[in-house]
Amino acid sequence: MCLSIPSRVTKIDKISNMATIDTMGVSREASLDLIEEEHIQIGDYVLIHIGFIMNKIDEKDALLSLETYREILVILEAEDER
Amino acid sequence: MKDRLELKDFYSGFRQAEVIKSYAKLIAKEAEKLNSQLNIMEVCGGHTHTIMRYGLKQLLPPNISFIHGPGCPVCVMPKERIDHAIALAQLSNIILVTLGDMIKVPGSQSSLQDVRANGADVRFVYSPLDSIKIAKENSDKTIIFFAIGFETTTPMTSALINQVIIQDIKNMLFHINHVTVPEPMKVLLDDKENKIDAFIAPAHVSVITGSKIYDEFPRDYQKPVVVSGFEPVDMMESLFMILKQINEKRCEVEVQYSRSVTKDGNRRAQRLNDKFFEKSDSFRWRGIGDIAQSSFRLKDAFRHLDAEVRYRDKLSTAKIDDHKLCICGDILKGKANPKDCRVFGTVCKPSRPLGSCMVSSEGACSAYYRYGDSP
Ligand code: SF4
Repeated sequence: MCLSIPSRVTKIDKISNMATIDTMGVSREASLDLIEEEHIQIGDYVLIHIGFIMNKIDEKDALLSLETYREILVILEAEDER
Repeated sequence: MKDRLELKDFYSGFRQAEVIKSYAKLIAKEAEKLNSQLNIMEVCGGHTHTIMRYGLKQLLPPNISFIHGPGCPVCVMPKERIDHAIALAQLSNIILVTLGDMIKVPGSQSSLQDVRANGADVRFVYSPLDSIKIAKENSDKTIIFFAIGFETTTPMTSALINQVIIQDIKNMLFHINHVTVPEPMKVLLDDKENKIDAFIAPAHVSVITGSKIYDEFPRDYQKPVVVSGFEPVDMMESLFMILKQINEKRCEVEVQYSRSVTKDGNRRAQRLNDKFFEKSDSFRWRGIGDIAQSSFRLKDAFRHLDAEVRYRDKLSTAKIDDHKLCICGDILKGKANPKDCRVFGTVCKPSRPLGSCMVSSEGACSAYYRYGDSP
Protein backbone atom coordinates (compact mmCIF):
# COMPACT_ATOMS: atom_id res chain seq x y z
CA MET A 1 0.00 0.00 0.00
CA CYS A 2 2.84 2.34 0.73
CA LEU A 3 4.42 2.69 -2.66
CA SER A 4 4.37 5.97 -4.45
CA ILE A 5 4.13 6.09 -8.20
CA PRO A 6 5.98 8.45 -10.56
CA SER A 7 3.49 10.29 -12.78
CA ARG A 8 3.26 13.40 -14.92
CA VAL A 9 0.91 16.34 -14.38
CA THR A 10 -1.26 17.03 -17.45
CA LYS A 11 -3.91 19.38 -16.05
CA ILE A 12 -4.46 21.49 -12.95
CA ASP A 13 -7.85 22.57 -11.63
CA LYS A 14 -7.28 25.36 -9.13
CA ILE A 15 -10.89 25.46 -7.94
CA SER A 16 -11.08 21.85 -6.84
CA ASN A 17 -7.32 21.83 -6.10
CA MET A 18 -7.00 18.63 -8.12
CA ALA A 19 -4.55 17.69 -10.85
CA THR A 20 -4.98 15.26 -13.71
CA ILE A 21 -1.98 12.99 -13.92
CA ASP A 22 -0.65 10.45 -16.38
CA THR A 23 0.77 7.23 -14.94
CA MET A 24 2.21 5.36 -17.93
CA GLY A 25 -0.83 5.95 -20.11
CA VAL A 26 -3.45 5.79 -17.36
CA SER A 27 -5.07 9.11 -16.63
CA ARG A 28 -6.25 9.81 -13.07
CA GLU A 29 -7.03 12.59 -10.66
CA ALA A 30 -4.86 13.43 -7.69
CA SER A 31 -5.31 15.96 -4.93
CA LEU A 32 -2.98 18.94 -4.56
CA ASP A 33 -3.92 19.43 -0.90
CA LEU A 34 -0.49 18.39 0.35
CA ILE A 35 1.47 20.61 -2.02
CA GLU A 36 2.43 24.24 -1.52
CA GLU A 37 0.57 26.46 -3.96
CA GLU A 38 2.38 27.33 -7.20
CA HIS A 39 4.82 24.51 -6.51
CA ILE A 40 3.49 22.22 -9.22
CA GLN A 41 3.10 23.02 -12.90
CA ILE A 42 1.81 21.16 -15.92
CA GLY A 43 4.53 18.85 -17.24
CA ASP A 44 6.10 18.30 -13.82
CA TYR A 45 6.92 14.82 -12.64
CA VAL A 46 5.38 13.97 -9.29
CA LEU A 47 5.02 11.11 -6.82
CA ILE A 48 1.48 9.86 -6.25
CA HIS A 49 0.34 8.07 -3.14
CA ILE A 50 -3.29 6.97 -2.54
CA GLY A 51 -4.80 9.77 -4.61
CA PHE A 52 -2.49 12.60 -3.53
CA ILE A 53 0.54 14.27 -5.02
CA MET A 54 3.09 13.87 -2.24
CA ASN A 55 5.98 15.71 -3.86
CA LYS A 56 7.67 16.73 -7.06
CA ILE A 57 10.40 14.53 -8.55
CA ASP A 58 13.51 16.46 -9.46
CA GLU A 59 14.09 15.67 -13.11
CA LYS A 60 17.68 16.96 -13.13
CA ASP A 61 18.55 14.78 -10.17
CA ALA A 62 17.07 11.70 -11.86
CA LEU A 63 18.99 12.51 -15.06
CA LEU A 64 22.18 12.79 -13.08
CA SER A 65 21.59 9.37 -11.48
CA LEU A 66 21.00 7.77 -14.88
CA GLU A 67 24.13 9.43 -16.21
CA THR A 68 26.13 8.08 -13.26
CA TYR A 69 24.83 4.57 -13.97
CA ARG A 70 25.91 4.90 -17.60
CA GLU A 71 29.39 5.97 -16.53
CA ILE A 72 29.68 3.06 -14.10
CA LEU A 73 28.79 0.66 -16.93
CA VAL A 74 31.47 2.17 -19.19
CA ILE A 75 34.15 1.99 -16.48
CA LEU A 76 33.36 -1.61 -15.54
CA GLU A 77 33.29 -2.70 -19.18
CA ALA A 78 36.71 -1.11 -19.74
CA GLU A 79 38.03 -2.93 -16.65
CA ASP A 80 36.67 -6.23 -17.93
CA GLU A 81 38.46 -5.78 -21.24
CA ARG A 82 41.79 -5.23 -19.53
CA MET B 1 23.46 13.46 -21.06
CA LYS B 2 19.82 13.78 -22.15
CA ASP B 3 18.28 17.09 -21.19
CA ARG B 4 14.72 15.84 -20.61
CA LEU B 5 13.35 12.65 -19.23
CA GLU B 6 10.28 10.77 -20.30
CA LEU B 7 7.95 9.29 -17.71
CA LYS B 8 9.03 5.76 -18.57
CA ASP B 9 12.63 6.60 -17.67
CA PHE B 10 11.60 6.86 -14.03
CA TYR B 11 10.71 3.20 -14.18
CA SER B 12 12.95 1.53 -16.76
CA GLY B 13 16.02 3.64 -15.97
CA PHE B 14 16.04 2.33 -12.42
CA ARG B 15 15.37 -1.28 -13.37
CA GLN B 16 18.18 -1.85 -15.92
CA ALA B 17 19.56 -5.35 -15.50
CA GLU B 18 23.11 -4.33 -16.58
CA VAL B 19 23.21 -1.56 -13.99
CA ILE B 20 22.01 -3.93 -11.26
CA LYS B 21 24.81 -6.32 -12.25
CA SER B 22 27.44 -3.61 -12.30
CA TYR B 23 26.43 -2.55 -8.80
CA ALA B 24 26.68 -6.20 -7.75
CA LYS B 25 30.33 -6.11 -8.91
CA LEU B 26 31.05 -2.85 -7.06
CA ILE B 27 29.40 -4.23 -3.93
CA ALA B 28 31.42 -7.46 -4.15
CA LYS B 29 34.65 -5.42 -4.32
CA GLU B 30 33.72 -3.39 -1.28
CA ALA B 31 32.57 -6.51 0.56
CA GLU B 32 36.05 -8.04 0.24
CA LYS B 33 37.32 -5.33 2.56
CA LEU B 34 34.89 -6.21 5.35
CA ASN B 35 36.25 -8.19 8.23
CA SER B 36 32.95 -9.59 9.42
CA GLN B 37 29.43 -10.42 8.31
CA LEU B 38 27.31 -7.35 7.49
CA ASN B 39 23.59 -7.48 8.32
CA ILE B 40 21.50 -4.77 6.76
CA MET B 41 17.92 -4.26 7.83
CA GLU B 42 15.58 -3.04 5.12
CA VAL B 43 12.99 -1.51 7.42
CA CYS B 44 10.17 -1.35 4.91
CA GLY B 45 8.11 -4.18 3.46
CA GLY B 46 8.20 -2.49 0.06
CA HIS B 47 11.96 -3.00 0.04
CA THR B 48 11.57 -6.65 1.08
CA HIS B 49 9.29 -6.98 -1.91
CA THR B 50 11.89 -5.49 -4.30
CA ILE B 51 14.64 -7.74 -2.89
CA MET B 52 12.53 -10.85 -3.49
CA ARG B 53 11.03 -9.82 -6.80
CA TYR B 54 14.33 -8.96 -8.44
CA GLY B 55 16.34 -11.66 -6.66
CA LEU B 56 18.78 -9.09 -5.26
CA LYS B 57 19.83 -11.37 -2.41
CA GLN B 58 21.27 -13.86 -4.87
CA LEU B 59 23.48 -11.16 -6.42
CA LEU B 60 25.23 -10.32 -3.17
CA PRO B 61 28.37 -11.89 -1.71
CA PRO B 62 27.79 -14.31 1.18
CA ASN B 63 29.06 -11.90 3.82
CA ILE B 64 26.15 -9.50 3.23
CA SER B 65 22.66 -10.37 4.37
CA PHE B 66 19.31 -8.73 4.76
CA ILE B 67 17.21 -8.66 7.88
CA HIS B 68 13.60 -7.95 6.95
CA GLY B 69 12.18 -5.22 9.14
CA PRO B 70 8.80 -4.32 10.63
CA GLY B 71 7.80 -1.70 8.07
CA CYS B 72 4.51 -3.06 6.79
CA PRO B 73 1.61 -1.19 8.42
CA VAL B 74 -0.85 -4.00 7.82
CA CYS B 75 1.50 -6.60 9.31
CA VAL B 76 2.06 -4.69 12.53
CA MET B 77 -1.59 -4.03 13.30
CA PRO B 78 -2.61 -6.15 16.31
CA LYS B 79 -5.68 -8.34 16.04
CA GLU B 80 -7.67 -6.30 18.53
CA ARG B 81 -7.56 -3.30 16.21
CA ILE B 82 -8.68 -5.37 13.23
CA ASP B 83 -11.48 -6.55 15.53
CA HIS B 84 -12.41 -2.90 16.09
CA ALA B 85 -12.87 -2.42 12.34
CA ILE B 86 -14.96 -5.58 12.19
CA ALA B 87 -17.09 -4.58 15.21
CA LEU B 88 -17.70 -1.09 13.82
CA ALA B 89 -18.65 -2.47 10.40
CA GLN B 90 -21.29 -4.68 12.00
CA LEU B 91 -23.09 -1.83 13.79
CA SER B 92 -26.29 -0.69 12.14
CA ASN B 93 -26.25 2.41 9.95
CA ILE B 94 -22.48 2.36 9.61
CA ILE B 95 -20.38 2.29 6.46
CA LEU B 96 -16.80 1.32 7.18
CA VAL B 97 -14.35 2.72 4.64
CA THR B 98 -10.70 1.72 4.39
CA LEU B 99 -7.89 1.01 1.92
CA GLY B 100 -7.88 -2.25 -0.04
CA ASP B 101 -4.93 -3.65 1.87
CA MET B 102 -7.20 -4.35 4.83
CA ILE B 103 -9.54 -6.73 2.95
CA LYS B 104 -8.18 -10.08 4.07
CA VAL B 105 -6.35 -9.24 7.27
CA PRO B 106 -7.48 -11.77 9.87
CA GLY B 107 -8.77 -10.47 13.19
CA SER B 108 -9.43 -12.85 16.05
CA GLN B 109 -12.52 -14.43 14.43
CA SER B 110 -12.93 -13.14 10.90
CA SER B 111 -11.83 -10.51 8.41
CA LEU B 112 -13.50 -7.47 6.85
CA GLN B 113 -14.01 -9.57 3.73
CA ASP B 114 -15.96 -12.14 5.76
CA VAL B 115 -18.25 -9.65 7.47
CA ARG B 116 -18.87 -7.90 4.16
CA ALA B 117 -19.96 -11.21 2.66
CA ASN B 118 -22.39 -11.45 5.56
CA GLY B 119 -23.98 -8.12 4.78
CA ALA B 120 -21.88 -5.48 6.55
CA ASP B 121 -21.31 -2.34 4.50
CA VAL B 122 -17.53 -2.25 4.07
CA ARG B 123 -16.03 -0.24 1.23
CA PHE B 124 -12.45 -0.38 0.02
CA VAL B 125 -11.29 2.84 -1.58
CA TYR B 126 -8.28 3.84 -3.66
CA SER B 127 -7.97 7.22 -1.97
CA PRO B 128 -9.16 8.44 1.44
CA LEU B 129 -10.85 11.36 -0.36
CA ASP B 130 -13.28 8.89 -1.95
CA SER B 131 -14.98 8.62 1.44
CA ILE B 132 -16.31 12.18 1.09
CA LYS B 133 -18.43 11.13 -1.85
CA ILE B 134 -19.68 8.11 0.11
CA ALA B 135 -20.57 10.38 3.06
CA LYS B 136 -22.50 12.79 0.83
CA GLU B 137 -24.42 10.02 -0.88
CA ASN B 138 -25.35 8.38 2.44
CA SER B 139 -26.32 11.26 4.69
CA ASP B 140 -28.51 8.98 6.83
CA LYS B 141 -25.51 6.82 7.77
CA THR B 142 -22.29 7.30 9.70
CA ILE B 143 -19.14 6.78 7.67
CA ILE B 144 -16.10 5.57 9.60
CA PHE B 145 -12.74 5.88 7.90
CA PHE B 146 -10.40 3.23 9.26
CA ALA B 147 -7.03 4.92 8.78
CA ILE B 148 -3.85 2.87 8.44
CA GLY B 149 -0.27 3.52 7.41
CA PHE B 150 3.06 5.03 8.41
CA GLU B 151 4.13 8.68 8.14
CA THR B 152 3.70 8.33 4.36
CA THR B 153 -0.06 8.01 4.66
CA THR B 154 -0.85 10.08 7.75
CA PRO B 155 -1.03 13.39 5.83
CA MET B 156 -3.61 11.92 3.47
CA THR B 157 -5.85 11.25 6.48
CA SER B 158 -5.13 14.79 7.69
CA ALA B 159 -6.14 16.17 4.31
CA LEU B 160 -9.36 14.16 4.48
CA ILE B 161 -10.18 15.47 7.98
CA ASN B 162 -9.45 18.97 6.74
CA GLN B 163 -11.90 18.55 3.84
CA VAL B 164 -14.54 17.07 6.16
CA ILE B 165 -14.31 20.20 8.30
CA ILE B 166 -14.18 22.65 5.36
CA GLN B 167 -17.12 20.98 3.63
CA ASP B 168 -19.00 20.69 6.94
CA ILE B 169 -19.63 16.97 6.57
CA LYS B 170 -21.37 15.83 9.73
CA ASN B 171 -21.58 12.07 9.27
CA MET B 172 -17.91 11.09 9.27
CA LEU B 173 -15.74 9.62 12.00
CA PHE B 174 -12.21 8.25 12.09
CA HIS B 175 -10.49 5.24 13.59
CA ILE B 176 -6.81 6.13 13.62
CA ASN B 177 -4.03 3.54 13.30
CA HIS B 178 -1.15 5.64 12.03
CA VAL B 179 2.23 4.43 13.22
CA THR B 180 5.79 5.75 12.95
CA VAL B 181 9.01 4.22 11.63
CA PRO B 182 11.88 5.34 13.93
CA GLU B 183 10.39 4.10 17.23
CA PRO B 184 10.30 0.37 16.38
CA MET B 185 13.82 0.69 14.90
CA LYS B 186 15.02 1.88 18.30
CA VAL B 187 13.22 -0.96 20.07
CA LEU B 188 14.98 -3.46 17.79
CA LEU B 189 18.37 -1.89 18.51
CA ASP B 190 17.72 -1.86 22.26
CA ASP B 191 17.39 -5.64 22.12
CA LYS B 192 20.83 -6.90 23.15
CA GLU B 193 20.63 -9.85 20.77
CA ASN B 194 20.02 -7.75 17.68
CA LYS B 195 22.41 -8.24 14.78
CA ILE B 196 21.65 -5.10 12.81
CA ASP B 197 24.68 -3.24 11.41
CA ALA B 198 22.96 -0.67 9.18
CA PHE B 199 19.57 0.37 7.86
CA ILE B 200 18.03 0.93 4.47
CA ALA B 201 15.15 3.32 5.16
CA PRO B 202 12.09 3.89 2.95
CA ALA B 203 12.15 6.91 0.65
CA HIS B 204 8.42 7.62 0.65
CA VAL B 205 8.31 8.12 4.43
CA SER B 206 11.09 10.69 4.12
CA VAL B 207 9.40 12.41 1.18
CA ILE B 208 6.99 13.52 3.91
CA THR B 209 9.15 13.64 7.06
CA GLY B 210 12.54 14.43 5.57
CA SER B 211 15.65 12.33 6.17
CA LYS B 212 16.21 14.08 9.51
CA ILE B 213 14.02 11.60 11.39
CA TYR B 214 16.97 9.17 11.26
CA ASP B 215 19.65 11.53 12.61
CA GLU B 216 19.71 9.79 15.97
CA PHE B 217 20.70 6.40 14.52
CA PRO B 218 24.27 7.28 13.50
CA ARG B 219 24.58 9.66 16.43
CA ASP B 220 23.23 7.55 19.30
CA TYR B 221 23.48 3.99 17.98
CA GLN B 222 26.41 4.21 15.54
CA LYS B 223 24.31 2.72 12.74
CA PRO B 224 24.49 4.11 9.21
CA VAL B 225 21.19 4.81 7.45
CA VAL B 226 20.62 5.21 3.71
CA VAL B 227 17.21 6.49 2.60
CA SER B 228 16.49 4.48 -0.52
CA GLY B 229 14.06 4.40 -3.43
CA PHE B 230 12.16 1.22 -4.28
CA GLU B 231 13.45 0.29 -7.70
CA PRO B 232 16.10 -2.43 -7.79
CA VAL B 233 18.85 -0.07 -8.98
CA ASP B 234 17.95 2.30 -6.14
CA MET B 235 18.40 -0.50 -3.64
CA MET B 236 21.70 -1.71 -5.10
CA GLU B 237 23.06 1.83 -5.07
CA SER B 238 21.93 2.18 -1.44
CA LEU B 239 23.73 -1.03 -0.47
CA PHE B 240 26.86 0.26 -2.15
CA MET B 241 26.53 3.53 -0.22
CA ILE B 242 26.28 1.64 3.08
CA LEU B 243 29.38 -0.42 2.27
CA LYS B 244 31.31 2.72 1.34
CA GLN B 245 30.34 4.32 4.66
CA ILE B 246 31.55 1.29 6.59
CA ASN B 247 34.80 0.88 4.67
CA GLU B 248 35.54 4.59 4.90
CA LYS B 249 34.69 4.53 8.61
CA ARG B 250 31.86 7.01 8.21
CA CYS B 251 28.52 6.70 9.96
CA GLU B 252 25.78 9.03 8.77
CA VAL B 253 22.34 9.44 7.23
CA GLU B 254 22.62 9.55 3.45
CA VAL B 255 19.88 9.99 0.89
CA GLN B 256 20.01 7.81 -2.20
CA TYR B 257 16.55 8.91 -3.36
CA SER B 258 17.61 12.52 -3.72
CA ARG B 259 15.23 12.96 -6.63
CA SER B 260 12.45 13.56 -4.12
CA VAL B 261 13.75 13.37 -0.54
CA THR B 262 15.16 16.38 1.31
CA LYS B 263 16.38 16.74 4.86
CA ASP B 264 13.24 18.55 5.96
CA GLY B 265 10.56 16.84 3.87
CA ASN B 266 7.14 18.15 2.88
CA ARG B 267 6.45 20.96 5.35
CA ARG B 268 2.87 21.51 4.25
CA ALA B 269 2.03 17.86 4.91
CA GLN B 270 3.76 18.08 8.29
CA ARG B 271 1.78 21.21 9.23
CA LEU B 272 -1.47 19.49 8.32
CA ASN B 273 -0.51 16.52 10.51
CA ASP B 274 0.38 18.80 13.41
CA LYS B 275 -3.01 20.44 13.17
CA PHE B 276 -4.93 17.22 13.82
CA PHE B 277 -2.59 14.70 15.38
CA GLU B 278 -0.40 14.21 18.41
CA LYS B 279 1.62 11.21 19.55
CA SER B 280 -0.23 8.54 21.55
CA ASP B 281 1.40 7.30 24.73
CA SER B 282 1.78 3.83 23.30
CA PHE B 283 0.72 1.47 20.51
CA ARG B 284 0.77 -2.31 20.64
CA TRP B 285 2.61 -3.62 17.58
CA ARG B 286 1.63 -7.05 16.43
CA GLY B 287 4.42 -9.44 17.35
CA ILE B 288 6.59 -6.73 18.93
CA GLY B 289 4.49 -5.41 21.80
CA ASP B 290 3.89 -1.95 23.26
CA ILE B 291 6.08 0.80 21.87
CA ALA B 292 5.88 4.25 23.45
CA GLN B 293 5.23 7.27 21.23
CA SER B 294 4.99 5.12 18.12
CA SER B 295 1.56 6.13 16.83
CA PHE B 296 -0.73 9.10 16.40
CA ARG B 297 -4.10 10.00 17.85
CA LEU B 298 -6.46 12.88 17.18
CA LYS B 299 -5.81 15.99 19.25
CA ASP B 300 -8.39 16.79 21.95
CA ALA B 301 -10.01 19.49 19.83
CA PHE B 302 -10.92 16.80 17.27
CA ARG B 303 -11.79 13.93 19.57
CA HIS B 304 -15.46 14.31 18.65
CA LEU B 305 -14.41 12.84 15.28
CA ASP B 306 -12.82 9.79 16.89
CA ALA B 307 -14.81 6.57 16.42
CA GLU B 308 -12.86 4.96 19.25
CA VAL B 309 -14.25 7.60 21.60
CA ARG B 310 -17.79 7.67 20.19
CA TYR B 311 -18.16 3.88 20.26
CA ARG B 312 -16.03 3.26 23.33
CA ASP B 313 -18.62 0.92 24.88
CA LYS B 314 -18.74 -1.25 21.74
CA LEU B 315 -14.98 -1.78 21.34
CA SER B 316 -13.01 -4.26 23.41
CA THR B 317 -9.58 -3.26 24.66
CA ALA B 318 -8.45 -6.81 25.47
CA LYS B 319 -5.12 -7.74 23.89
CA ILE B 320 -5.20 -10.64 21.46
CA ASP B 321 -2.07 -12.47 20.40
CA ASP B 322 -1.33 -14.31 17.17
CA HIS B 323 -1.90 -17.99 16.48
CA LYS B 324 0.68 -19.95 18.47
CA LEU B 325 2.30 -21.45 15.37
CA CYS B 326 2.79 -18.05 13.74
CA ILE B 327 6.24 -16.55 14.19
CA CYS B 328 5.47 -13.21 12.56
CA GLY B 329 6.64 -11.55 15.75
CA ASP B 330 10.15 -12.93 15.41
CA ILE B 331 10.15 -12.17 11.68
CA LEU B 332 9.16 -8.55 12.34
CA LYS B 333 11.96 -8.35 14.88
CA GLY B 334 14.43 -9.71 12.33
CA LYS B 335 15.09 -12.82 14.43
CA ALA B 336 13.52 -15.36 12.08
CA ASN B 337 12.93 -15.88 8.40
CA PRO B 338 9.57 -16.91 6.89
CA LYS B 339 11.18 -20.25 5.99
CA ASP B 340 11.60 -20.94 9.71
CA CYS B 341 7.81 -21.07 10.16
CA ARG B 342 6.42 -24.61 10.30
CA VAL B 343 3.21 -23.72 8.48
CA PHE B 344 4.71 -21.44 5.82
CA GLY B 345 3.24 -22.24 2.42
CA THR B 346 1.25 -25.20 3.73
CA VAL B 347 -1.39 -24.16 6.25
CA CYS B 348 -0.57 -20.49 5.78
CA LYS B 349 -0.80 -19.05 2.26
CA PRO B 350 -1.85 -15.67 0.84
CA SER B 351 -5.29 -17.10 0.04
CA ARG B 352 -5.72 -18.25 3.65
CA PRO B 353 -3.30 -16.29 5.80
CA LEU B 354 -2.78 -17.34 9.39
CA GLY B 355 -0.68 -14.35 10.30
CA SER B 356 -0.40 -10.80 9.12
CA CYS B 357 2.97 -11.17 7.36
CA MET B 358 1.23 -13.36 4.80
CA VAL B 359 -1.60 -10.92 4.17
CA SER B 360 -0.10 -7.80 2.73
CA SER B 361 1.97 -8.11 -0.44
CA GLU B 362 4.60 -6.18 1.54
CA GLY B 363 4.72 -8.77 4.31
CA ALA B 364 7.88 -10.88 4.40
CA CYS B 365 5.98 -14.20 4.30
CA SER B 366 3.91 -13.12 1.33
CA ALA B 367 7.02 -11.91 -0.56
CA TYR B 368 8.76 -15.24 0.08
CA TYR B 369 5.67 -17.16 -0.99
CA ARG B 370 5.27 -15.23 -4.22
CA TYR B 371 8.84 -15.09 -5.35
CA GLY B 372 10.28 -18.16 -3.74
CA ASP B 373 13.73 -18.16 -2.27
CA SER B 374 16.89 -19.81 -3.41
CA PRO B 375 19.86 -19.94 -1.05
S1 SF4 C 1 3.96 -18.17 7.31
FE1 SF4 C 1 2.00 -17.50 8.18
S2 SF4 C 1 1.93 -18.40 10.21
FE2 SF4 C 1 4.04 -18.51 9.52
S3 SF4 C 1 4.99 -16.64 10.31
FE3 SF4 C 1 4.29 -16.17 8.25
S4 SF4 C 1 2.25 -15.33 8.54
FE4 SF4 C 1 2.77 -16.35 10.47
